[in-house]
Amino acid sequence: MTPETSDDTSGIDVGPEGAASSPVAIELRGINKSFGQVHANRNVNISVERGTIHGIVGENGAGKSTLMSILYGFYEADSGDVYIDNQKVRIRNSNDAIACGIGMVHQHFMLVDSFTVLENVMMGAESGALLADSISSARGELERLEKEYGLIVDPDALADDLPVGELQRVEILKALYRGAKILILDEPTGVLTPQETDQLFRILGSLKDQGVTIVLITHKLREIMAITDNVSVMRHGEMVAHSVTAETSKEELAEQMVGRKVRNDLEKKPCDAGAATLIVENLTVRDAYNVAKVDDVSLQVCAGEIVGIAGVSGNGQSELLDALSGITPLTTGRMVVGGREITAAQPCDPSEMRMLHLAHVPEDRHKLGMVTAFSAYETAILGYEDDPALQKSVFFDVELVKNHCATLMERFDVRPRDAEIKSANLSGGNQQKLVLAREIDREPKVLLVGQPTRGVDIGAIEFIHRQLVDLRDQGCAVLLVSVELDEVMSLADRILVMFEGRIVAEVAGDKADEKTLGLMMANAFSDEPDGVAAT
Amino acid sequence: MSVSSGTRPLPRWIDIGLIPALNIVLALFVSGLIIAATGEDPFAAVKIMIEGSIGTDYGIGYTLYYATNFAFTGLAVAIAFHTGLFNIGGEGQAYVGGLGVGLMLLVFDQHLPFALLMPLGILAAALFGGAWALIPAYLQAYRGSHIVITTIMFNFIASALMVYLMVNVFIKPGQMSPQSRDFDVAGHLPFMHEVFAWFGVEITRTPLNISVFWAIICCIGIWAYIWRTRWGYQLRAVGHNEKAAIYAGVDPRKVIVLSMCISGGLAGMVGLNEIMGVQHKLLLNYAAGYGFTGIAVSLMGRNHPFGIVLASLLFGILYQGGAELAFEIPTITRESIVMIQGLVILFSGALAYMSTPTISKIYNRILDARQSSPDPVVGEEA
Repeated sequence: MTPETSDDTSGIDVGPEGAASSPVAIELRGINKSFGQVHANRNVNISVERGTIHGIVGENGAGKSTLMSILYGFYEADSGDVYIDNQKVRIRNSNDAIACGIGMVHQHFMLVDSFTVLENVMMGAESGALLADSISSARGELERLEKEYGLIVDPDALADDLPVGELQRVEILKALYRGAKILILDEPTGVLTPQETDQLFRILGSLKDQGVTIVLITHKLREIMAITDNVSVMRHGEMVAHSVTAETSKEELAEQMVGRKVRNDLEKKPCDAGAATLIVENLTVRDAYNVAKVDDVSLQVCAGEIVGIAGVSGNGQSELLDALSGITPLTTGRMVVGGREITAAQPCDPSEMRMLHLAHVPEDRHKLGMVTAFSAYETAILGYEDDPALQKSVFFDVELVKNHCATLMERFDVRPRDAEIKSANLSGGNQQKLVLAREIDREPKVLLVGQPTRGVDIGAIEFIHRQLVDLRDQGCAVLLVSVELDEVMSLADRILVMFEGRIVAEVAGDKADEKTLGLMMANAFSDEPDGVAAT
Repeated sequence: MSVSSGTRPLPRWIDIGLIPALNIVLALFVSGLIIAATGEDPFAAVKIMIEGSIGTDYGIGYTLYYATNFAFTGLAVAIAFHTGLFNIGGEGQAYVGGLGVGLMLLVFDQHLPFALLMPLGILAAALFGGAWALIPAYLQAYRGSHIVITTIMFNFIASALMVYLMVNVFIKPGQMSPQSRDFDVAGHLPFMHEVFAWFGVEITRTPLNISVFWAIICCIGIWAYIWRTRWGYQLRAVGHNEKAAIYAGVDPRKVIVLSMCISGGLAGMVGLNEIMGVQHKLLLNYAAGYGFTGIAVSLMGRNHPFGIVLASLLFGILYQGGAELAFEIPTITRESIVMIQGLVILFSGALAYMSTPTISKIYNRILDARQSSPDPVVGEEA
């Protein structure tokens, strides 16, 4: 498809770090792996040079995680060979992988919250029967690793008390402590703030300088461009391209991933805002410890307008969405939806909110937006199950509900088109499309949408953005919460910045730039004519 | 990303058919070893059990009579389970449900016809059983007291309450054993041998009565409720993911209270079968472990009404066949029968999923071997 970048595996011999000093650390030849009907890896070849950062990109379901799981011994390949340092090896479990010097940092951390960093690092690799000996030797080793790689974490801190960025460092330390010379990172930045991502990349850079080989699995092309030396693209279980990162581009990679051209810039008509349909005044939400999670927030969203809320995750956006959708009651303040006033004294539960034509696409589709054990057609009516149109006397009209789901799947391109599939078995992007379809199909007047494209493929992102803009053009008031700045900037007509529960700034969508927004998100932006404060 | 294993889910026929069957075989195998150790022939013992439970109309009658009770308590456990609750209180709810039936009959049996007394009996069993579950349910939903603890405690309270009432209040004057007066015949559910006699067919007298039909209706009704109504939908949403239920606008507290009341009402139907169907008077200890066995029945039936029917029949066979066995082979005592029942409960209840990983491995290996042709690739990652 793209012959100029498709490359024979043996063809990668010119790395940016200099070919002579870069022998091959990992080589996979002809890997095949099937899960029943699903051919997850089809004749995959890849070689990774020692001391480089090698990116593997691909959409969800392209087979990259399967490939890495084969390398780490979670699965065994149906056929094909694994070579580590030019030695053919058989990796049957993670112990074999560790023995080969392979360490893996999972997307979801595998740490014991009530253990200290030190205890977590040495867990499973204790040096003797007595804990005290292990602890002191581990402490020494940890200090050495910290010095060598600049991985600084307080060894006596409880894992529970650490922010995610540091937890990830603990995971990396765990791998290094076990002598890993090859590190596999699976979507490492999914949970990180932009600052933490930068820190992670600095750490990966210094690991590389020390000769560690890093395999980075991601679907964020920006990260690939920023940090990797080489990049391989997977699509539908096959390796479709290998490139030297410096010689390729985001656009080219995106095209290889999806198999067609991807539009990055979203075409949008100018905003034609009508009357305010969602009015929020002095809204405060306190949690069980009386901490104001949402602090005196006032905002309006008009018909035909997308208002974006930017902010580093954890600054009250989730609590704001919960309050606006009726999941948690307001503590003080008021809001007006569909002509109804809602206060602490006159609360409104989520099903009443739906009757006021307020729809909500929650941030976390697994926790809130769907019941993963339900079939797709059941997920497709979550929140609307009381609708008399779906019932025949006291029973569901099951055929109708299934047809309804089939229609939604058709309209929103949910794959596979199987209304009876278990919701958990849909991929992330398809789950999100189904949730979005359910909410948009009700033709809401107000749509609250949180992280609409978290964990969603590029192709689906494009589609979801299009749907949101179309909804706006039909006169819906859309409130978008996202930690992806690009997303907020390309979608929103107005951008509000949230910091520690308060709205600290407002910018017009077309006037926003990343740097200013970033500073506003850290509440480090001063409005003075000269612009930017130092910290 | 899912890393646990590269396996596909087991098809339903294995999950709800083969594995439970295998569990019973394992239980019978261990039982057989023990019977052999006592010097008896395990195959002869199995033969007696089978023949005694399903070989004669007498055996079938008793088997179905036991199965009726197990179906009620199994359904009670299942509906609570789908709401994410573990109702250990079936025993007490069954007991109090019977109290309700008895009270209703003591008041009305001489004044109302059977056509009214039967629905009133069902209603009384449901109300009393449900009310006995209501208090633990409320405490769980609104006060956070764990329902396992409270329902266990309510079993003891029910037992103590019944002893008090029977000894001090309802005892028939001038009698030593704590029993009420016999109900008027209008307050008896017809026995099945009576029903058959109406059609001119003669079968052996057994305690089996028409409440077996009510058990079947309950199974269908509960299936429809859980999987075909919006209330059942909300109940399952709460059971699987309470946060998603709240997002959907469901108040989990109300759902918990409602489904526990239904659960208690179902358990109370044991009282209908026993008091109105068999004993025809109020007495002590008629719940006799049906509530606890209901947990195993529900687990074994995978909390599905259809599975519960099968599991109820199996436990009916065990109870009846076991009684026959103890009668036929004196060296196999009543206690040995309890042990065999215990082993079945152990293997199909507590160890219900013990063989699943092995079966899954074998199943996947067979399919892997069968499928080596290339297939279209679909997403496999979570």
